[in-house]
Amino acid sequence: MAIGDERVLVVIPAFNEELSVADVVAEVRRKSPFCDVLVVDDGSTDATSIRAAEAGALVATLPFNLGVGGAMRTGYRFAFQHGYDIAIQVDADGQHDPASIPALVAALGAGDGADLVLGARFAGEGDYRVRGPRAWAMRVLAAILSRSARTRLTDTTSGFRAAGRRAIALFAEHYPAEYLGDTIEALVIASRRGLVIRQVPVAMRARVAGTPSHGFAKSAIYLARAGIALVFAYLRPRSAYREALPA
Amino acid sequence: MNVTTYVFGIVAAALVLIVVIDLLRRRRLRERHAVWWLVAGTVALVLAVFPAILDWLAGLLGIALPVNLVFFGSIAVLFLVALQASSELTKLEDQTRTLAERVALLQLELDRLREERTKG
Repeated sequence: MAIGDERVLVVIPAFNEELSVADVVAEVRRKSPFCDVLVVDDGSTDATSIRAAEAGALVATLPFNLGVGGAMRTGYRFAFQHGYDIAIQVDADGQHDPASIPALVAALGAGDGADLVLGARFAGEGDYRVRGPRAWAMRVLAAILSRSARTRLTDTTSGFRAAGRRAIALFAEHYPAEYLGDTIEALVIASRRGLVIRQVPVAMRARVAGTPSHGFAKSAIYLARAGIALVFAYLRPRSAYREALPA
Repeated sequence: MNVTTYVFGIVAAALVLIVVIDLLRRRRLRERHAVWWLVAGTVALVLAVFPAILDWLAGLLGIALPVNLVFFGSIAVLFLVALQASSELTKLEDQTRTLAERVALLQLELDRLREERTKG
């Protein structure tokens, strides 16, 4: 398939992001006009849904907060039901630059037929840096997941990622619900299901709004939860994961 | 053991069974949730009527004080019931999540259809 022929959906999970969501939607529409934009409002108590709709996005509003995992599964299910070829996750806080979307799309269509492409934050571009225990944790996770995915991954917790048809069908059914564990566990699910995973370097920006989740205690909790999610993702029977069947 | 304690044991066990069976009868409790309670109530009633069985079992397992076997059995039942409840809770949570996701998508489809109709 030539680049430009695909139907691409950008999924933006948003929880109380009324200050930034409209800008993110507008920027995606401006920089990648070939994409449809779906904002999944994860049970926000503010005007996230309204701002997103005003900015011209499709909006799915969850009745209560499910976490990024639930919001993303909703997005993947929508993409699956409407036959999109590619679904791209972009965070609502503005740290993912929509200018990188064509690079992700191109990597999906590239020769080795990747099913899932990660936008990696440390692979050369941009000035995003993480230090301390969080950085070590991310390095360990990257090493484990690289083995599992049989490719070199440097940033496994990146939420900036593009999914092809197989990954969409898989994630429409199975997207991990565990808070914070979703990004890495999704990779385990995909690699155990035999999907081809690749990464491309992307630039990251400071957030438009909201506070980043850093700090030592938070990092430690993050590491523990990620570790548990990882262990059980590997322990689960392979047969637990199947692609959704066409309705 | 005097007559009072003997009767007390039987009444307590019978009460458990009656409550569980009544809940089942009125469909306030589903069978699979009631299994462990029914087993526990029945065992308690049998042991209350024939305490000699408890002494014999405790001796068989090498437990010096038969009452410890009662404690062990009680804790085991409570543990199993709690575990089953946690597992059911997980399942329910999963189902609720899925429902919430599907509702959000249906609402979106409905809004789109409505919009199309008012336009066309």
